[in-house]
Amino acid sequence: MPDTAIAEAPAKAATGGNILQVRNLEAWYGESHILHGINFDVNAGEVVTLLGRNGAGKTTTLKSIMGIIGKRAGSVKFNNQEIIRATSDKIARMGIAFCPEERGIFASLDVRENLMLPPVVREGGLPLDQIFDLFPNLKERLNSQGTKLSGGEQQMLAIARILRTGASFLMLDEPTEGLAPVIIQQIGHTIARLKREGFTILLVEQNFRFASTVADRYYVVEHGKIIDGFSNSELAANMDKLHAYLGV
Amino acid sequence: MQALYAQLLVGLINGSFYALLSLGLAVIFGMLNIINFAHGALYMMGAFVAYFLLNLGGINYWWALLLAPIIVGIFGMILERTMLQWLTGLDHLYGLLLTFGIALIVQGVFQNYFGSSGLPYAIPDQLKGGMNLGFMFLPIYRGWVVVFSLVVCLATWYLIEKTQLGAYLRAATENPTLVRAFGINVPRMITLTYGLGVGLAALAGVLSAPINQVRPLMGADLIIVVFAVVVIGGMGSIMGSIITGFALGVIEGLTKYFYPEASNTVVFVLMVLVLLVKPTGLTGRAA
Repeated sequence: MPDTAIAEAPAKAATGGNILQVRNLEAWYGESHILHGINFDVNAGEVVTLLGRNGAGKTTTLKSIMGIIGKRAGSVKFNNQEIIRATSDKIARMGIAFCPEERGIFASLDVRENLMLPPVVREGGLPLDQIFDLFPNLKERLNSQGTKLSGGEQQMLAIARILRTGASFLMLDEPTEGLAPVIIQQIGHTIARLKREGFTILLVEQNFRFASTVADRYYVVEHGKIIDGFSNSELAANMDKLHAYLGV
Repeated sequence: MQALYAQLLVGLINGSFYALLSLGLAVIFGMLNIINFAHGALYMMGAFVAYFLLNLGGINYWWALLLAPIIVGIFGMILERTMLQWLTGLDHLYGLLLTFGIALIVQGVFQNYFGSSGLPYAIPDQLKGGMNLGFMFLPIYRGWVVVFSLVVCLATWYLIEKTQLGAYLRAATENPTLVRAFGINVPRMITLTYGLGVGLAALAGVLSAPINQVRPLMGADLIIVVFAVVVIGGMGSIMGSIITGFALGVIEGLTKYFYPEASNTVVFVLMVLVLLVKPTGLTGRAA
């Protein structure tokens, strides 16, 4: 297992400097120990994907970085600042945005209110016209109740609202889950465009075929640990291993 | 006929207090998930603060309308920070018992120092007297209470339903963890919301002081009816609390005219009927 190698020497920078550094990250849900020492890096401008089976600890990793897991230990550095003890509102204000797996669309808010909900935390967020350029459906449904949108539209709304905030580091948790292929393709185009515009993205995906269209690097999570990591150019060579890891 | 109109007016005034108090309860329940049994005691504190401001500081009614809600609101925020916040995630029963205990302590302290009889609080000069409307005589102060309460209720509804701050509040009611992960300081917002709900109770207390006098148990007498109003309107529903508050005040007033024997129980009979037909209340949503 290359676990130790990854812990000591995370995959190399693909583009800019190191923006996120996770070391020995552990997390608990109550008495359940979920993460057992996660180590990985994300570099500025990259799309990094966490792959793994259900229950491997991918979502918990994102939530731990975001500070919404009650008990966590280890080190998470964002732009060289330690955030392991910071509250989630402070982490968000440092420029990290989180799009949850369940999308988190608020039923008591219409689409416009959902879109405008996250406060702008720094300059550089996408203006509304650019957001509507990315997701034209949302413009037509601004006055609809958020939860009345289709699954794909809700996913677009969930991504759109964090683009307004000025956060440059986006964490997207299974953005393609339960969506039709045509919507998955649209989400893929959006992620590629966001990458071109300089966003750094940490993606959690079970669908590695989708991930392979957008990711620069991959880490495989199993039993709360990173057990392997490779770049997109190494994907073909690692396909058999990946199938074994993911059980596909 | 004059007696009917008079009872309607009394009903509207009671409805104003029901609406203001149940609105505060609804805001607090919606955001903190706490059944705030201390609400009646905080309403009483509003009236007492107005009394102290006038008799100890020479501060008149108009300033008391502003200062008493702020002072009692700050007291409420201290209660939330020091006690209520620890109940997050626990069964409703804990919040109910804690706030009930707080109510008993606060009322007990005031009763110890001021007894059970009422202390007088004069109607401000500008609102003394009345108007002959032809079909009835309208005391100006009572008309003012109805209009001012309605304005405050609608302003609160607007704040919660139509502003960005209100959107934060509504979203945090649904999913506080995610709202916090967007960069909003939810614990601070919860404290301020409790302060707002308590402030509304204190405002009702100030409005009530010239009509009902200032008594340590004035809130205890009212709070059970107000809880019935909230249950009928739908727990946590803002507009439901306002409409139900005024409507039940009027229904109670009409019952006093047509069948006085039932005037003290009509609200509870309605509550039972509503719970049987629509357990979430008239405007409440299922959990």
